[in-house]
Amino acid sequence: MKRYLRTLFLVSLAVVSAKCARKAGPASALKPTAFGAALVESSGGKQIGATGTVLAQPLVVQVNDEQGAAVTGALVEFSGPAGVSFDPASGLTDSSGQLSTNVALGSISGRYQLTARTSTKTQKPVELRIVEIALGYQEQVGFQFDSKYCSRCHDPESTPERVSNYDNLETKPHPFTEGDTLNKMSDADLNAIISHGGPALNKSALMPPYGYTLNKTEIEALISYIRLISDPPYHASGMVYAQK
Amino acid sequence: MKNALSSLWQALFGHPVSAFGSVSFLLLISLAIAPAKNYFSEWRHYQKQYLSLIRGRGDAVTLQRHFHDGIQQIWFPGLGVVDRCTTCHAGLKEPSLADANLPQPFRRHPAIPHTLDQFGCVMCHRGQGPATTVEQAHSSTEAWEQPILPARYVQSSCGQCHRAPLTGTPQLNLGRNLLGRYGCVHCHTIKLPDGSAIQPTDDPPSLEHIADKTTREWIYAWLKDPQAYAVTATMPNFKLSDADARDISAFLIASSTPIPGDTAPASPAGKDQKTPDPAAGASLYGESFCASCHAVQNAAGNVVGGDVGPELTRIGTKVKPEWLRAWLRNPRIYDAGTAMPHYRFTDPQLTLLTTFLGNKTDSDLLANVHLDAATPEQIAHGKLLVTEYGCASCHEVSGIKKPDNFAPELTRIGSKPLTQIIFLPGMTHALPDYIAAKIRQPRSFGAALKMPQFNLAPAQIDALTTALLALTDRAHDLPLAQTVPAKPPSNYEPAGKAGELMADMACFTCHAINGRGGDMAPDLTWEGSSVQRQWLQAFLKNPGTLRPALIRRMPRFNLSDDDAKELTDYIMTVYQTPAFDRDSMPASGYPPNQVEQGRQLFYSKYACQGCHIVDTKVDKGYIGPTLTQVGSRLNAAWIYHWLKDPQIMRPGTIEPNRNMNDEDARALTAFLMTQKGSSKQEAKK
Repeated sequence: MKRYLRTLFLVSLAVVSAKCARKAGPASALKPTAFGAALVESSGGKQIGATGTVLAQPLVVQVNDEQGAAVTGALVEFSGPAGVSFDPASGLTDSSGQLSTNVALGSISGRYQLTARTSTKTQKPVELRIVEIALGYQEQVGFQFDSKYCSRCHDPESTPERVSNYDNLETKPHPFTEGDTLNKMSDADLNAIISHGGPALNKSALMPPYGYTLNKTEIEALISYIRLISDPPYHASGMVYAQK
Repeated sequence: MKNALSSLWQALFGHPVSAFGSVSFLLLISLAIAPAKNYFSEWRHYQKQYLSLIRGRGDAVTLQRHFHDGIQQIWFPGLGVVDRCTTCHAGLKEPSLADANLPQPFRRHPAIPHTLDQFGCVMCHRGQGPATTVEQAHSSTEAWEQPILPARYVQSSCGQCHRAPLTGTPQLNLGRNLLGRYGCVHCHTIKLPDGSAIQPTDDPPSLEHIADKTTREWIYAWLKDPQAYAVTATMPNFKLSDADARDISAFLIASSTPIPGDTAPASPAGKDQKTPDPAAGASLYGESFCASCHAVQNAAGNVVGGDVGPELTRIGTKVKPEWLRAWLRNPRIYDAGTAMPHYRFTDPQLTLLTTFLGNKTDSDLLANVHLDAATPEQIAHGKLLVTEYGCASCHEVSGIKKPDNFAPELTRIGSKPLTQIIFLPGMTHALPDYIAAKIRQPRSFGAALKMPQFNLAPAQIDALTTALLALTDRAHDLPLAQTVPAKPPSNYEPAGKAGELMADMACFTCHAINGRGGDMAPDLTWEGSSVQRQWLQAFLKNPGTLRPALIRRMPRFNLSDDDAKELTDYIMTVYQTPAFDRDSMPASGYPPNQVEQGRQLFYSKYACQGCHIVDTKVDKGYIGPTLTQVGSRLNAAWIYHWLKDPQIMRPGTIEPNRNMNDEDARALTAFLMTQKGSSKQEAKK
């Protein structure tokens, strides 16, 4: 009886430890076959997505050696703030030295700083920081109005679907990412210029008023979007609450 | 035994008197358990944390006044909502707690159009509302199947009540669109609360005459891997074996019947014709704006062009040249309901285009396809497979009836009980994960399953999952008064000869009229009030450029004079707005000072040159239409009313409402009506 119990105990111990081992498995299963010296972003950074959703483009990073040549088989691990998930979270670079991952941002709107990590031969960590932006409900509504009404003039970049009007304007509009200028303007100023046009702040009449086209909530949504994508990031001024 | 017990008793409690004492003490402690459990409960812990968090803040007094001690509850008997979430989530309504660095559960709820006091929490977030522990409220338990909905699918909750697309729910809108576009609803019925069903929008081609159009080899290659032929193909991969693909292709060719007139000799003019200039073919392809609807993959691998029609990267490998020529001559012979317009190309143009498209080939595609002549057994087996895989759910196939409810109905998939679901090992036991996994890799749930593999990006899978999760019991059982229904689909049909012409040219593929049609080109519901007859008739004959920045433009349909006149008459008579009288303002004769005032308003006060061009030498804006000839194009009363409120005249236009006074609007109208363009400029173009 005792022997039977002991066997049972041992078996259950083995099962439990095997289960634990399987849990820890995948992370340690990937063994890099090569090491690089530098980590660069190939594509997929500075994307704008909705909170909680997978970004439209995968994030692609590339590992290079000292000479700048792509390294195949280097281990890259991705990490980010709480709520961000990567698919896959780590992997080995392919034949062109790249690793691609699908990123789902967290449930809170804001800028997410993601980190890609690899290590050199001497185990020195190499890090790359990438920023992605998650739009909450309000910012997302603002984004739609931006694409419909604003971006044709305010975005200097043309796409195949939308030719930019930026270069045709005598007074150049400020791109919404231009934080250096826009962050100095208060919400009330932005509201005035969107509602009543450029002349409301003694600026160009080429900026038409949208106060009769968009309602108050819609303009607030647009401002929240402008604030979120601004670079450098916008920090609301006003009352600062002391925190313990 | 008894001795052993009494000695144990003695050892534990000692003398009976002290035993009485200890037992009384134990009783006291056990009496204290209930209040202690209450005192140390999780939610009290969070409330204390909240209070200590707000204590040091500048607005502590306000926050403290808003705070209520004890279990909080939101209760809407009519909606079946009992939510105690605000017990721990104490700061949901506090604007000053919006800071993303604050720990949860104390942060403010992001700004959305609804408030807590309207619908509570679990209507949108799922989870167990009446629960008072984190575990029970957020996770699924034995008694409660619906865990918190992950944030990536939260838009599905909007879709429970809102049937129409919302500005704030792009993911839900995309998912609903994909249900139609990828033809999910051909096989899976999805009924809506109003009794109608979601309709597919993909228009899969009929296969009844497929032998006229393409070869058995191409069908074989396509069946094996549709995306190898066209990366944008929405046809899913059925993972067929070589033998099955061989037999299905054999059956489809064998069952195909020819249509008279749907093939045409490749070069009818005879042998004297030389090989047409490929550059001329490319420019005809460009001038006809084929790329507005059809995409082509360029050398860099980017797919460029519209997605209304099929991708044409390898079209020469697919279609027979004689079919292509007949199709380009009049697509309605082969497919009466096609979205492709009847271009009325001339014979030389047909030769140019047929050759140009015929050269878009990919020799690799059919390189390894060698099929022997089909045997009757193969054809019979092919027919069986076509029936089994439900091909006729999407395509019309000769000799096979469209099956009803080929796949499970998804009308209430968003509330499917977990007990009815078989999860794969290692999967999270939650409905969203199940739906997403089913869409991502249907056959992973069993190799014998019939659902094919769709070629979808991760964002598309999430969107589809979102749209399906919106199909809950609640969405169906809500009283109609509490839902926001979509606009009913319009089945508007223009009448008479003009109606036939409009169907022939597939106007509704791009233009919408009275709620029916596409959104690629302007809405024409009130076109008759908008334009001048002469201009319209000339435009239909030879459409010019109105908006220089657009890559998608009206193609030339080579209309005869009679047809152009017929259409013009119809549009000018029928598509009239009741809002104003077309003849209420003159086309010319405005006083020069008013015209001059209009010019100044145009350039200074309203700065219209930011988006429009009046004088090609100075103006550069090209968002809106070029206005150099607007005086011979538009009706004066239309311009006036448009300036007063463009959104009313054409809902959704991007021209902002300027809240213009009558005098300014009249002056600008006067100025614009003098912009007649010069005949010289027109000749140059």
